[in-house]
Order: sequence, then structure tokens, then C-alpha cells
Amino acid sequence: MEPVSEVSGRAIPFGRKNIDTDIIIPAHWLKTISREGLGRGAFQALREDPANIFDQEEFKGAPILIAGDNFGCGSSREHAAWALLDMGIKAVIAPSFSDIFSGNAFKNGILTVVLPQEQVDRLLEVARTDPINIDLTTQTVTTPFQDRFAFEIDPFRKHCLLNGLDEVGLTLSRDEAIAGYETMQAAQMPWFAKGTGLAA
Amino acid sequence: MASRPRTLYEKIWDAHVVEDRDDGTSILYIDRHLVHEVTSPQAFEALRLSGRKVRRPELTLAVPDHNLPTTPRLDSAGHRLPIADPESAQQLAALERNAPEFGIRYISATDAQQGIVHVVGPEQAFSLPGATIVCGDSHTACHGGIGALAFGIGTSEVEHVLATQTLLLKQSKTMEIVVDGDLTPGVTPKDLILHIIGVIGTAGGTGHVIEYRGKVFEEMSIEGRLTVCNMSIEGGARAGLIAPDEKTFAYLKGRPYAPKGSDWDEALAWWKTLHSDKGATFDKSVRINAADIQPTVTWGTSPEDVVPIGGVVPAPESFSDPSKQDAARASLDYMGLEPGQKLAEVEVQNIFIGSCTNSRIEDLRAAAAVLKGRKKANNVKWAIVVPGSGLVKRQAEEEGLDKIFIEAGLEWREPGCSACLGMNPDKVPAGERCVSTSNRNFVGRQGPGSRTHLVSPAMAAAAAVTGHLTDVRELME
Ligand code: SF4
Repeated sequence: MEPVSEVSGRAIPFGRKNIDTDIIIPAHWLKTISREGLGRGAFQALREDPANIFDQEEFKGAPILIAGDNFGCGSSREHAAWALLDMGIKAVIAPSFSDIFSGNAFKNGILTVVLPQEQVDRLLEVARTDPINIDLTTQTVTTPFQDRFAFEIDPFRKHCLLNGLDEVGLTLSRDEAIAGYETMQAAQMPWFAKGTGLAA
Repeated sequence: MASRPRTLYEKIWDAHVVEDRDDGTSILYIDRHLVHEVTSPQAFEALRLSGRKVRRPELTLAVPDHNLPTTPRLDSAGHRLPIADPESAQQLAALERNAPEFGIRYISATDAQQGIVHVVGPEQAFSLPGATIVCGDSHTACHGGIGALAFGIGTSEVEHVLATQTLLLKQSKTMEIVVDGDLTPGVTPKDLILHIIGVIGTAGGTGHVIEYRGKVFEEMSIEGRLTVCNMSIEGGARAGLIAPDEKTFAYLKGRPYAPKGSDWDEALAWWKTLHSDKGATFDKSVRINAADIQPTVTWGTSPEDVVPIGGVVPAPESFSDPSKQDAARASLDYMGLEPGQKLAEVEVQNIFIGSCTNSRIEDLRAAAAVLKGRKKANNVKWAIVVPGSGLVKRQAEEEGLDKIFIEAGLEWREPGCSACLGMNPDKVPAGERCVSTSNRNFVGRQGPGSRTHLVSPAMAAAAAVTGHLTDVRELME
């Protein structure tokens, strides 16, 4: 995964509440076999309206999305995170996220920033005309107008994002412990793999 | 050695911890991984992109189920028939390519062993008591019926398990659901779990692993236990389990992947220790009396929207929670039902007997017992029976159940997920009702605009005969 320390640029002032993963990426896109290309299906129903915000020239490829409360609720589909990533989104700012969505976003290197509603409202206003900056190192969101909002983030997630560490890579670095467990299991519960017809 | 009394969940958890980490999560070893075509392609893609291998390919079993059409898969000359939907075909082709590339055992669409992952696992004894079992599918909880700690995972986690044979997890809280007494005739494990979800609500088990305890579960068949555990996720719990016992051991013994010889004896010795200790405490406890439960049916679009078949559609105002009132109004509107309407008078057009909840041989026998010598009602336009696996299908045919279904006017299909979620061509038309033995009555689950009533196999058969939701006990001698 790419390390993330700063995300800055235009932010899509979306702002709607209770956006579920079905709105982010409709179910029929689940039949794909790749993580790529899902950006075309992102917010499909909303984008049928020619005046939708996502397709306005100035917000195309914007790296930040500003959403409302409870963003990413509903089904656990990871395709929602992939769709945002494929649109070019690297960070989402909202008053709250569904747990599963923020976990999926994190696993895919998308930064989720939780800020109180008033601050999100202020950013929605700024985003119409100006860029926004998110600095993960200092945990602040700033605007060209002296706004400066601090946010909290789980230290483990911060560490992983800053260093571009994915969970698989992190766990693989514990290979010795895993191998140790396997040796123990093979000795104490050999039937889990051996003699079951499963041993390689 | 731990001297503190532990729950079954804690025992299985403790036996699989590779390492506890500072952030409160643990690296947990995974013994068995089931893979199907929908949630795995991107996991394999990620492995390929990062040049990573599958750590223990022999602990993963792949089988297609969600997309497969349930119409015949071979032509009269024995050649495989193509799958019409290009996207379904592509997902199947991807699994067929990925499994051998990564050295994973693969059951193909035309093998007799093919079936729904959660039916195949226990049937092959790939799933074992005390094992940690995962699958990119929320109904993995099903395997808890044989005493395994089994839960659904997302695609990134599928990749994580493939690459490391472990997962990063926080230990869950524990919840016991104790059901004492006896189920009355006509009341099945499906009615019981629907009733339980009605009692605890769809968020009742959130953050918890449920252990089902009490006389009812001790006396229940393994297949019934699989049905109950299957729907734990509908009660908000990621996993549900039942302590393995002599019935479990008898069920598993001799199946293809069950331990053999002295390995069996060693395994058995450990399995016999897998029960919650006397004095073990649960974070939450619910008690239910089996005798109170009636054949149960859902009226709304959430699995907690249940009523006994003799009941009426509730009025939204009868719920105290305002958000539940709104949800109920939306449900009734979607379902085309009126408050006060008798459930047993609701006419139906479609019947689906199948899904990982209710497609095993006992389920088919229960449906056939009701249908024997009867015919489906004329207003029922579409009624299909989809066995959970090729082996279930064969067994049913040996017992002549297929003939009973066909003579009653139902269609006898090839195994797969089918109308449970309508990823294949088996969909319920918009605005029509389906009496279904599956597990989710969500908006559009069985096809856009479809209206689902969840029931047991016997109740689905009864509705097929009368053409409306029906108390199966009226059709039993
Ligand atoms: S039968 Fe239904 S619930 Fe079960 S695995 Fe298939 S789609 Fe999921």
C-alpha cells in the first residue's frame, strides 16, 4: 500500500447523511472480479442526475470526500472502499462512519476523518471553492482560511497508514510466531491437518 | 493451565491464539477456510499483485455456489453447458483458474460434492468441532452447529487468511441463549431461531458470540443445529455455536475429511472437553421456553419481524421505539400488508425451499412429508426445491423425495444458493410474494421488488399446497 501522510486538494462537498454501501456501489457491481474499474459504478444512482456533484468538472479526481453522519452503513461489501479508491478518493471526512466501512477503508489505505458536525459544515462550505488539507502526522485538517481542526485516530491505524503497511504484510512479519503455533498444533493436535486427507 | 471456568468460545479461542498484541487484538490461527466465487477474486488478485503465496493451501476448500444456475449443468452428451450471464460466468471462471494456480482443492460445478459452502463443509467433515472456520460469507456461523468457531469475513480478510492462515481479531463477548422444555409437533429448529431473533432483535447479539444451550439443543439433530447457528448473524452475532456431543461425533465419523484411526481417537478426546465449564459466566444471558414457540413466519423486511402463524400483522404504533415504527411502516408498505391482517390469509405466488439454512436432507424430508400425495395450489406459479449439495440431491432421489416434489408440481433443481439471493437466474418477480426457507427477507433480496416471508421447510410446503401462508399443523395427521 502507498504510505499516506498528507492528503490535499479539492474535496467533494457531498454532505449527505446515512449513505449506505448500496448507494456507494450498487449490488450488481458485486459481480466483478477485480478491485479496479468500480469508480464507474460509484454513486451510480445519484450520478444519473446530470447536475450531480461527482461529475462536475472541478471535482473530478478530487482526493477528498466530505460526507454526512453514518457514512458507509448497510452491507459489509468492501467494494464500497474499492469504488471510492478507483474514483481517486484517498480520504473521507464525516461526523461518523459505520464500523465496517471505516475498517474496510483503512484496509485499503483510505483515511477516514471524524469531525464534529459544525466543523464538517464549515468544510462543506470551503470545499465549494477551495482546496482542503489533511495532515495525518499532526492529525489536523486545515483550509486556506486559517481553519484548523484536530481529529483523533487509532495509533495503530495511523502507524500503518503513515508507513504504507498493510495488515497482511504486518502479520507476515510475525512469521516466526505463526510457524511456532503450527509446530505446536502439529504435535498436539496433529489430526487437524494430518490424517484428514488434507495434509499436502 | 487455566483454572478459571471457561465458556466453549473461550476454550476454542484460547486454543488458537498465536500471539496477543498490544492494541488488544490477537493473531488467531485459522484451521479451515472455505472459498466461493463471489468474495474471493479480489483476494487472489491482491496475492498475485503482491507476489504472495497461499500459506497452507491444504486448509482451504473452494466450491462455487452463489452464481450457478440450478438448471441442468450438463447436456445429454455429458458436456458442460455454458452459463448465460457473462458476469456470473466470469466469476466462476476466475475461481476455476485461481484454485489450481494457488494449489487449492476445488470442487467443480459438475462434481457430485458441489453445493453451498455451508452445506459442503460439515457434509465433508472439512468443518470439525473446535476448529476455527472462516469464509467470505456472513452465514459461516452455520458451522457452529458442529461445535466450531465459525464466522464470516470480508475480502481483505480472505486475502489475509490465504497469505497468513491467521486473522487479527478482538475477542468477542459471550452470550448464552438457553432454551429448555420441548418443541411441540410442527415446530422446527427454523421456527426456534426465527423466534429467538424476534426476542433478541437483529442487534441483540452484536459484539457477542452466541452459545445455544439447553435441552432443546441437546436433543436436536446436527442438521437442526446447523440451521439454528446459521442465522446467528441475523441476531447480530458474528458466530453462534453448540457444544459438540455424541451426536456430533457420530455425524462426522467416516466422512471424507474426518480424522481416521488413532487421529480420530485423539481428536475425540479433545472434542469431549469442548463445552462451557460449570460456573463459566456469559456477558449476556437469554432464557426461552420451547413450549411457547409456534410455527413462525416473518411479516416485514427484517428477520426480527416475526409472528406466530396464527397471529396478525402488527400495527407500526405497537412498537415503542419511534425508529422501529418508521421501519415497520416502510416494511408494510414494501410488503403490501395491512396492520391487523391475518398472516394465514396472505396469498403467495412463489415457494423457495433451499439455502444454507434449510436445504439438507432432513429439511427436504420435512417438506416432502407435507407434500406427499398433495398438489400445489393453482395460484402458486413458481415453486422450486434446491438441494444444498449434490450429495443431498442424490440422497433425496434415493429416498424418492424428488418424485414427491415433482408430483406435487414443484421443480427439482441442481444445488446452489439460488433464490436465496438471486445472483443466478432464480429470482422472485417484483411485487410478488415468496415463501422462503432462506435466512434474509431484506428489501430486494430475492430479486428487485420481491416480498419474502421466511419460514421452515414444512411451512413452505404447507403454503405451496394451500396457496397462502398456512399453519402446517393443520395439514399434519
Ligand atoms: S444460501 Fe444464501 S445465505 Fe447461504 S451462502 Fe448462499 S447466498 Fe449466502
